[in-house]
Amino acid sequence: MPFIELHNLHKSFDGKQVLRDMSIDIERGETVVIVGGSGTGKSVTIKHIIGLLKPDRGHVIVDGEDITTMGEVELNQFRRRFGMAFQEGALFDSMNVYENIAFPLRRHTKMKEDEIRARVEECLEDVHLHGVEKKRPSELSGGMRRRVGFARAISLKPEILLFDEPTTGLDPVISDIIAELICEMDLKLGTTTVTITHDMKVAFKVADRVAMLYDGRIIEQGTPEKFQESTNPIVRQFIEGRAEGPLTDIDD
Amino acid sequence: MTAIFERIGLTFIRLFEQTGLWFEALRSTIKWMFRRPFDGREWLRQMVRVGVDSIPVVVLTSMFTGMVLALQTFIGFRRVHAEQFVASVVSLAMLRELSPVLVGLMVTGRVGSSMAAEIGTMKVTEQIDALKALATEPVQYLFVPRVIAGTVMLPFLTVIGDFLGIYGGYIVAVKLMHTNPVVYQQNTYQFLALNDVWSGLVKAAVFGLILTLTGCVRGYYTTGGAEGVGRATTNAVVSASLIILLSDFFLTKILF
Repeated sequence: MPFIELHNLHKSFDGKQVLRDMSIDIERGETVVIVGGSGTGKSVTIKHIIGLLKPDRGHVIVDGEDITTMGEVELNQFRRRFGMAFQEGALFDSMNVYENIAFPLRRHTKMKEDEIRARVEECLEDVHLHGVEKKRPSELSGGMRRRVGFARAISLKPEILLFDEPTTGLDPVISDIIAELICEMDLKLGTTTVTITHDMKVAFKVADRVAMLYDGRIIEQGTPEKFQESTNPIVRQFIEGRAEGPLTDIDD
Repeated sequence: MTAIFERIGLTFIRLFEQTGLWFEALRSTIKWMFRRPFDGREWLRQMVRVGVDSIPVVVLTSMFTGMVLALQTFIGFRRVHAEQFVASVVSLAMLRELSPVLVGLMVTGRVGSSMAAEIGTMKVTEQIDALKALATEPVQYLFVPRVIAGTVMLPFLTVIGDFLGIYGGYIVAVKLMHTNPVVYQQNTYQFLALNDVWSGLVKAAVFGLILTLTGCVRGYYTTGGAEGVGRATTNAVVSASLIILLSDFFLTKILF
């Protein structure tokens, strides 16, 4: 039985259909990367997995439990099994780096302050950051903000890690460092990981399986090698980053 | 013509929608208020922000309102030789009406707006989603401490406003209008009942709840970027002020 199942999801905003009959299964411990162009519903998909959005129709089943039917209190409890890193980090700007990472520990554990300090240091070590504990999010670069976001996401030792566009807006070198970091964290923590991105280099580097979202549904999926050999013209255009092709013909 | 009716209809739909959201937020806030974890430090921080930090503005507003009220009533009452009632009018007006309403409006401008801006910014920068992803209910973490702070601290600020408003009236009557200070003091307390004090405090608590909850709700439902945050801030002040003034009438009607 798959660990995460997205069954026939439909979601629209103000009459615009974003997901239509979208389905994907993710196995325990697997690293899946969902790729797709801007506005294809990647962020909407990842937000459904953690219950930040409810589908108009369809089900999201995580470890056998349907989170679409959970009440707000139950869902809130269930989310402790997740860690999510947001596009721009989404760090709490009223807190410094230390307080950001300590936040879930203080809220959900009975750890003493010295244990919290040790765990925060360990998380920062995992993302290769040192001496930034007292800095405010506004004092950090884009890449550092993402890494602090990763550290916060792993602080409660989650079973499922979600990465929302982890490299958007970063230069190629920093993007590669972030991709390496995702691989390292994946290996060390043994989590089930779902990443959404439009950066194919990152996708091929971190994924066990790549899935492409187009027109509100998954149109292709497979191992990075198999995905790269896809003959689907939409997938080919996206991988090769060409201006001409079915993707742009429809958009035009 | 149809367009006009359409616009009127839409305005009413939006009004009902907003009212529904407000009461839903109130229900949710009460529900999460009694659930663990209780974030005592955040409750205190908000109490300082709403209460202690608002003292200077309350001191100035109440004192000058008491002074101008004494001045105006003195001028009017002198025409009918009823100057001895100035003290009673000032104390009754401050306790029952002016102090809670003025404190409510001033704190709305100072705190309600900043709450909407703060939560609105958190919304547009995905910090609210991050809270949820960290298994923290935003209503519990953001709304509950603010609403508690507003409901608890507004009565305290109103008590300060009551004293200073009455004292402001005393200064004008005694120092400027040369009224006998002993007679003025006697008249201040002579016609007061306990009901005058507590009804003002009940009003203040309700206004505290209204202004903080409105600030939170407006911030929480912010859409768009910086422009949306600006809109939410303005709307929070306008809506909370209007609700305070409207509810003031109904509270007065119920409480007396």
